Amino acid sequence: MGAAAPPADKRLVLVGRDGSRRILTAVSRPAEQAGLRIGMALTKAHALVPDILTLPADPAADAAALERLALWALQHYAPIVSPDPPDGLVIDTTGADHLHGGEARMLSGLVNRLGASGIFARAAIADTWGAAHAAARFLADPTSILPTGAGAKAVSSLPIPGLRLPPETAAGLHVLGFSTIGDVLAVPRAPLVQRFGPLLGRRLDQLQGVVCEPVDPLRDAERVSARRVFGEPIGAPETIARYTVALIGDLCRELEKRGLGARRLDLLFHRVDNSLQAIRIGTARPVRDEKRLARLLCDRIETIEPGFGIEIMELSATLAEPLVLAQAATSLIETEEADLAGLVDVIANRIGARRLYRIAPVESDVPERSVRRIAPLALDSGATWPEGWPRPARLLARPEEIEVMALVPDHPPAFFTWRGVRRRVTRADGPERIFGEWWKRDAELAAVRDYFQVEDEAGERFWLFRSGSEAEALSGTGRWFLHGIFA
Amino acid sequence: MSAAANAVVADLRDRIRQFDGRAAGDRAVLPFGVPEIDGRLPGGGLALASLHEVCGGGADAVEGAAAMLFAAGIAARTKGQVLWCLTRPDLFAPALAQAGLAPGRVLYVEAGDEKSLLLCFEEGLRHGGLGAVVAEVARLSMTASRRLQLAAEAGGTLAIALRRFRHRREADAFALPSAAVTRWRVSQRPSAPLPVPGIGRARWLLELMRCRAGETAEFEVEASDGEGRIAFSPRLADRSPAAGHGRRRAAG
Repeated sequence: MGAAAPPADKRLVLVGRDGSRRILTAVSRPAEQAGLRIGMALTKAHALVPDILTLPADPAADAAALERLALWALQHYAPIVSPDPPDGLVIDTTGADHLHGGEARMLSGLVNRLGASGIFARAAIADTWGAAHAAARFLADPTSILPTGAGAKAVSSLPIPGLRLPPETAAGLHVLGFSTIGDVLAVPRAPLVQRFGPLLGRRLDQLQGVVCEPVDPLRDAERVSARRVFGEPIGAPETIARYTVALIGDLCRELEKRGLGARRLDLLFHRVDNSLQAIRIGTARPVRDEKRLARLLCDRIETIEPGFGIEIMELSATLAEPLVLAQAATSLIETEEADLAGLVDVIANRIGARRLYRIAPVESDVPERSVRRIAPLALDSGATWPEGWPRPARLLARPEEIEVMALVPDHPPAFFTWRGVRRRVTRADGPERIFGEWWKRDAELAAVRDYFQVEDEAGERFWLFRSGSEAEALSGTGRWFLHGIFA
Repeated sequence: MSAAANAVVADLRDRIRQFDGRAAGDRAVLPFGVPEIDGRLPGGGLALASLHEVCGGGADAVEGAAAMLFAAGIAARTKGQVLWCLTRPDLFAPALAQAGLAPGRVLYVEAGDEKSLLLCFEEGLRHGGLGAVVAEVARLSMTASRRLQLAAEAGGTLAIALRRFRHRREADAFALPSAAVTRWRVSQRPSAPLPVPGIGRARWLLELMRCRAGETAEFEVEASDGEGRIAFSPRLADRSPAAGHGRRRAAG
């Protein structure tokens, strides 16, 4: 709704129809706190809370919005995404989580990004769609990853509505005294199926992963894609690699017509048993170079299980951006800088894009805050750290407390004990005083660190500091820490 | 030896190199700029397209602080970008900048385990556009080091395996053979006393423990400066094994 949206603190409800009754189909957080629930009659809601803001429900617009959200997830997260109406998305993360630093990071990143745009989301990863569906909706934690092979066990304590059944079936089970998924799993199947129909049995099997449940991936018409259908199913890695190269050729010709370069490529494999396998690769800059793309995709073919064979291979550029051609440097006037984009892509697709970075200076005197990670292909600003202040080669993740013997107020230690080894200081330099950044946190107003560089008898050099306020320094009660190791 | 015999020997050497598959251009070297060290190395410097191993001595075998700055000094004197592969993110980048390696020149890869670290190491070497690739590895088998050596030759890139052991006990593994062209051990030595309170330039004992087509040697040097150059103090110059170890330093 954009700017026309009602404020977040209003008790907003959406009103739909159930036969001739007008019921609430969605309630905002303040309305929920006031005691309103989904499925309540509007008249009852008015009686409970007089000042509610009602808007008519629009299921068609909701479905369209959900599809837009699914498209966004498709471009950013995984190759196989499908809307799961009325309120969910189902994402097959296989072969895509490596680009986001693992499953846990991907999940929390997804929920945080949605949260930043005002969507309160809950997410779960499990072996099966059924288990993930139940876990995302009914587990206490907003993000959860169920252990492999034990998804059904993990969701057995969750309520019946997690089973994706029509409301009348769920209500019927409730009447019979079943309250959790585990209760339903524990009883013999036949009487239940006789009473409620085959859907209940199928949902239970899908939850446990006995019956496979392919996700029908969402596609948008704009996407550049290439497709091969095989008369005889293929399975050998060499064959897959050969057709991958052929598909890349087709795709690149299509991209060239539109002046685009690929940022994300998805290669989908439709197996003969109607299940899907996928490879996703990402590039740091738009690429249309067949060789480079082939290298990136072929690196990951080993993750594909062809099973009984692959019928269809489909390659699509999920995210494509205009490819701007740049003039190459001539050797006449300047030396050519080696292009690292290819190397960055190969490494990022193997071990994850977050693991590849540059370190840039930050204007802060506090050592652990003076560095930050930036993207590997970020432009070099030429900035560096101030010269003249010696900095250690290794910085401990957190300063380790040491025992020292030092003269007050401003002398370096004569002895110190670190990790159980007592060292005598022969030479020292300091103090270099570093103040806390009071403009960041009030607690740092009084924080002071006095850094000393010391050398022990063996020639090893360390970076020590005394922490505490001015008064503590004078009285000698400040605590000492070892923060880094020099060479 | 007569001139004719010399020519025959030189010709034979060239032919052997051709069997090795190495063209003349691959034999470029990176000199330290210190004649005493360069004179000990075949070709007068570190061979550019090959693998070198560096390890910290004594307590530094685990932290590898001196070894890291020694490697950074070498990498700083190459041309182009440097890929730095690590598994433990305790490297403090300002120290690299102080050893002459500006932040804009270093690309870091933080690998999850040794296997992917070696993979990134090799990938960086094969790319060919980098000046040097440094990797902090704990284990380096003969097979792995040979692969890396071949990758370094193929890409024409200087490779430095910075050995960081998990524990001091493991440092004995540094004696096991590998395909590296040279092997260095860097240990810290007490620095020269200054006439005023304070700490002078750090001093290292640099042991050349293995050198293909060369002899072992040790040198006492002053640590890398802001341009990545180590210095050889004339007062300490004669530390070769033949000259004896027991020289005592004049008290300052």
